[in-house]
Amino acid sequence: MTEYDHVTDDIKAVVEDTELPRRLRRRVYDSIEEREGVTTEQADEIARAAEAEYLDARIEPLEPAGTVSAQSIGEPGTQMTMNTFHYAGVAEIDVTQGLPRLIELVDARKEPDTPMMTVYLDDEYAEDREKAREVVWALEATKILALGDVSTNVADMVVRIDLNEETLLERWPTADAAEPVAAEIAETIEDALGVDTRHQGMAIEFGPSEPSYRELLQLVEELREIVFKGIEEISRVVIRKEELDDGEEFVLYTEGSAFGDVLRIDGVDASRSTCNNIHEIHEELGIEAAREAIINETIDTLREQGLDDVNVRHLMLVADIMTNEGTIESIGRHGISGSKDSVLARAAFEVTVNHLLDAAIHGESDDLNGIIENVISGKPVSVGTGDVKLRMGSMETSPADD
Amino acid sequence: MSTQTPKQLGGIDFGLMDPETYRDISATKVITADTYDDDGYPIDMGLMDPRLGVIDPGLECRTCGQHSGSCPGHFGHIELAAPVIHVGFTTLIRRLLRATCRECGRLTLTEIEMEEFRDELDRAEDLGKDPDTVLKSAVRQARKAGNCPHCGEPQADIKHEKPTTYYEVQNVLSGEYSEIIAEAMQPDDEDEDDEGMSPQALSDETGIPLDRINQILGGEFRPRDEGRRALEKALDVDLTEEDMNKLMASDIRDWFEQIPDSDIEVLGIDAADSRPEWMIMTVLPVPPVTARPSITLDNGQRSEDDLTHKLVDIIRINQRFMENREAGAPQLIIEDLWELLQYHVTTFVDNEISGTPPARHRSGRPLKTLSQRLKGKEGRFRGSLSGKRVNFSARTVISPDPTLSLNEVGVPDRVASEMTITINVTDRTLEEAKQYVANGPETHPGANYVKRPDGRRLKVTEKNCEELATKIEAGWEVNRHLIDGDIVIFNRQPSLHRMSIMAHEVVVMPYKTFRLNTTVCPPYNADFDGDEMNMHALQTEESRAEARVLMRVQEQILSPRFGENIIGAIQDHISGTYLLTHDNPQFTETQALDLLRATQVDELPEPDGEDETGPYWTGRTVFSLLLPDGLDLEFDSSAGDTVIIEDGQHLQGTIDEDAVGAFGGEIVDTIVKQYSETRARVFINEVAALAMRAIMHFGFSIGIDDESIPPVADEQVDEAIDNAYGRIDELIETYRAGDLESLPGRTVDETLEMKIMQTLGKARDSAGEIAEDHFADDNPAVVMARSGARGSMLNLTQMAGCVGQQAVRGERINRGYEDRTLAHYEPNDLSAEAHGFVENSYRGGLTPREFFFHAMGGREGLVDTAVRTSKSGYLQRRLINALSELEVQYDGTVRDTSDRVVQFEFGEDGTSPVKVSSDEDFAVDVEGITDRVLDAEFDSEIEKESFLTPSEPPTNLSEHTDTALSSEVESDD
Repeated sequence: MTEYDHVTDDIKAVVEDTELPRRLRRRVYDSIEEREGVTTEQADEIARAAEAEYLDARIEPLEPAGTVSAQSIGEPGTQMTMNTFHYAGVAEIDVTQGLPRLIELVDARKEPDTPMMTVYLDDEYAEDREKAREVVWALEATKILALGDVSTNVADMVVRIDLNEETLLERWPTADAAEPVAAEIAETIEDALGVDTRHQGMAIEFGPSEPSYRELLQLVEELREIVFKGIEEISRVVIRKEELDDGEEFVLYTEGSAFGDVLRIDGVDASRSTCNNIHEIHEELGIEAAREAIINETIDTLREQGLDDVNVRHLMLVADIMTNEGTIESIGRHGISGSKDSVLARAAFEVTVNHLLDAAIHGESDDLNGIIENVISGKPVSVGTGDVKLRMGSMETSPADD
Repeated sequence: MSTQTPKQLGGIDFGLMDPETYRDISATKVITADTYDDDGYPIDMGLMDPRLGVIDPGLECRTCGQHSGSCPGHFGHIELAAPVIHVGFTTLIRRLLRATCRECGRLTLTEIEMEEFRDELDRAEDLGKDPDTVLKSAVRQARKAGNCPHCGEPQADIKHEKPTTYYEVQNVLSGEYSEIIAEAMQPDDEDEDDEGMSPQALSDETGIPLDRINQILGGEFRPRDEGRRALEKALDVDLTEEDMNKLMASDIRDWFEQIPDSDIEVLGIDAADSRPEWMIMTVLPVPPVTARPSITLDNGQRSEDDLTHKLVDIIRINQRFMENREAGAPQLIIEDLWELLQYHVTTFVDNEISGTPPARHRSGRPLKTLSQRLKGKEGRFRGSLSGKRVNFSARTVISPDPTLSLNEVGVPDRVASEMTITINVTDRTLEEAKQYVANGPETHPGANYVKRPDGRRLKVTEKNCEELATKIEAGWEVNRHLIDGDIVIFNRQPSLHRMSIMAHEVVVMPYKTFRLNTTVCPPYNADFDGDEMNMHALQTEESRAEARVLMRVQEQILSPRFGENIIGAIQDHISGTYLLTHDNPQFTETQALDLLRATQVDELPEPDGEDETGPYWTGRTVFSLLLPDGLDLEFDSSAGDTVIIEDGQHLQGTIDEDAVGAFGGEIVDTIVKQYSETRARVFINEVAALAMRAIMHFGFSIGIDDESIPPVADEQVDEAIDNAYGRIDELIETYRAGDLESLPGRTVDETLEMKIMQTLGKARDSAGEIAEDHFADDNPAVVMARSGARGSMLNLTQMAGCVGQQAVRGERINRGYEDRTLAHYEPNDLSAEAHGFVENSYRGGLTPREFFFHAMGGREGLVDTAVRTSKSGYLQRRLINALSELEVQYDGTVRDTSDRVVQFEFGEDGTSPVKVSSDEDFAVDVEGITDRVLDAEFDSEIEKESFLTPSEPPTNLSEHTDTALSSEVESDD
């Protein structure tokens, strides 16, 4: 807590006496501090006026916040596009956007349609393009076609790889010479394909153990799939120079995601890097981070469609209910709606008959407390004005009166 | 009816029912497959037995003695000749068969395992997890047991043939064992190493004596289990075949009866309410007649309900089954009949089982049986329980009426005299009520029904109205017509947010449409191209009060989605205020008063100046008359200037969409938040009225000539497009020569496409700029685009300059023939015109080919909208279903109905999304408050006190009784 010179204990007492939340109290102190010479009486008035304004802005008790939030997210859904366009800019990465992305998020899909990551870099890596490149090579899955030419010699039944020396040195920045790297590559091929390789200089040759044209082609196919460096899931990395408040830095955008692996790579700033798969974030950083990720992803999706006027508070509520159990639950039959306590509420949503049959087997009972159950049984719903237990003109008269 | 005490549903228990209970609650046993006899009377113990309830008026129920309408109906039962499986439980039956012992019925789990699963079940219950997962893992575990841990009996595998047949599978020695062995002993022709095996070698390897081997090979001896296994191992063959023993429903029932309650509970099955053997039915309940009413057609023929048809089938087969069994028919026939009975009972429960042909009506339509009645959108749950049809509602086409307040709705007189509101007659309302009744049902403020204190409802007719009016006294109820000032609920579907249903005050009007003020179009998303809306008349005093306080249009000016106003000026209103304030024109006294004619302002302030025609008032001065005193605002308008309002005087800037428009018009938003909803309503009404007079004063129209540009400009546009074509040709040449440098991460083809798209986009933009340069500032299309009233500069570009590239899936049009879009082009033509660039403007007209490409782009848009509506509708339904239980509590937490906390403070700070706009960081302006307190800017103690205490919103009164308001407005000028 910061010390204030002009905030006396009396002022503190009157301010602390209000219902102001901590953040606002702090601002009241700041404001008093700035002015100097505020009397206790004035401080009391300031605090009371701030309190009055705060209480006026508060959400009213018994407000059906859930329904309002659901409507506030669902309604703009009708204005979103179905098309999945690319980002603005030329070399950017295609990402699912619009309504499909929003649906993907509330569905809590295990794997997004287009996984991607935004990787921020630590100081030195962020400033130097060469250093940033190093991280790129550590991320991007390097396949054989990026390293050299592959040719098949049907007569000798061999596959020949002519590695590009420059590329090797570029992609293995720690290596002094290309030769050991080539040896390493040959070894990787041996391990992956189970063949013997002959390598000399920048050339690697190998073939099927028994001459077979089919097998030769098969080997080439498999060869193309081998990942020599980088992370298999990440198929492409784009470097972008971005302007920040305190200068420029390089930021990496990846197609494909492997959040856990990436965070552990040298030069990656784990505190800022993020990915669009909420499950990966949940696994790596926990449920609170997942909640934050859901909010950020939904708000980004809405912003891309020009609908960023949607109040964040609604998105928070959705994220909160999705993460309420400590795990990510989807909105719908397999998640929140399917795990409700009430049989009738579940039956009224989807797969009606199965829910009723299961309820019979487990001998469930429905107390009819929820909204949907009350609608079904024709009682007032317990939200909003229906939740107020107030009776008019029902004063009890003493028995002596009649 | 009134003798019954009203009861409330406290809860519902679910469970299976014991056949004995079925018999107990049954009103009658049903044995006849017929419904009515020749005289049209229901047959005794038939499907329409009067003990099952009555549907024909005049008949009396033989169980409860009530008549049709009040008799709820009573269940009957059919004694099934043989047990039959309930289709809903086939999976569970399979699991139970697999998990329990065929001999002793115990769960094939050890006591320790059972204890573990019991614990797991408790945990699942505590955590609110699905008990089914425990059941599944317990069954998986139990199935592994080869022998029953309780009685030691070996367990057979159960095969389930969907939907309702079960087999016990046992491996027994194949009938052709000798052939298989002999075959295996022969040397393999293809494999030279294999010399076959002699009987002696086989004997040595298996340890079976040679003569036994010979017997086995001769088929005289069947090897036992051990010998069989040894033989199989030695010869590497499979000597067994699967033997399938069909389990009849009665067998399963016997099996399940043995399972002890304690074992069942390990699986999470409630043994007290749901014994597993009850899943196999021996008694079939017959639903009451009231649940399957028959309809009498015009020709007097009766048409039975689908369920009745199905029950007829069941009873017929049941009868045949019994007859055949008594006659001692062969087993084969009995089994066939059993299967048939099973089929009919199955389809009676669910007629959409995969693998079973659905039972059909004579016309070929599949029958709608029990499951189908519950399922889906029109099913019992979603169609009849969660959503219901209601009385006191009306629907008709809507049309605009600028003379109404936004709180009002114009109701056609014929709707007003059909829909009624119930008033309780008391001493105070007696005279009023008498007058309504005396007017009768056809004169407008009349009444349609009266209800006497004894509960009798009397229809008011033209003949009896005078007489009835005299009888009315306190305690009666009168259903009177809707009159001006009544509150009704008004709704337009789809009801996507809460502003789709709002309360309005009735204004009874002639003709047949509902009339609304145009400013309420945005919240309803309504237009007048044939839209229809629904109206509901409220029937209780409580609901009317709630509607007035919470649901009236003026209470909904702020949208909770973005915390700013959603009601405000639209379209012509905005053009109107733009014309009025943009160039700040001058008006004579007559003109100024004419502008204000439709508002409540009837006095002009001091003139702004004088010219040769006399004193004049400027547009901004006139507009200022509508603003409340003390309003201070400064913001940028979309027309591009800064609007300054000081103390309710509009000093500078253009009033356009950003100032008064729906969706966050600054002035409207500020008035609702700083003054009151009522003040904002008055402001919006008056702005609309003023704007309409203003636009009429200036005159505003748009025609095709407003989009034409001079020939010079046309030439410039052509030139711009030609330049683009030139650049594209260059690009294509570079590409063909293989010199095109690809962008990072893109192929050369993609790069070319992107560059072409970019060039064409720029070409269209420059065409737009050229066109824009040649439009006068007073061009109506420009005025609309700049003010934000309607349309955009892009629309204008397309009309006057160039329509631009047509796209399908975000790319140039590439589909059609092989390597080309249309037969008009060479294959592999990459030019702009061959891929859907429309160089003409809409006004100039499209060439046939351009038109065709344009239609392709247009079609994609249509498909997109169609797909989107269904997808987003489902998203909305899921969201609402998941979140509907959440409510803010008095302690500020957000909880669901079972009191689980979801948020400790709504939106982390507890502020309302209605009162705080989404782009504001903090709700409370502490600095401003401090300054105000320190500078002591208060006119009076009262003002200071109201500044220091939370505000109490005033209770809202009717539009017509808002006296406080008219004085407030008067005080403005």
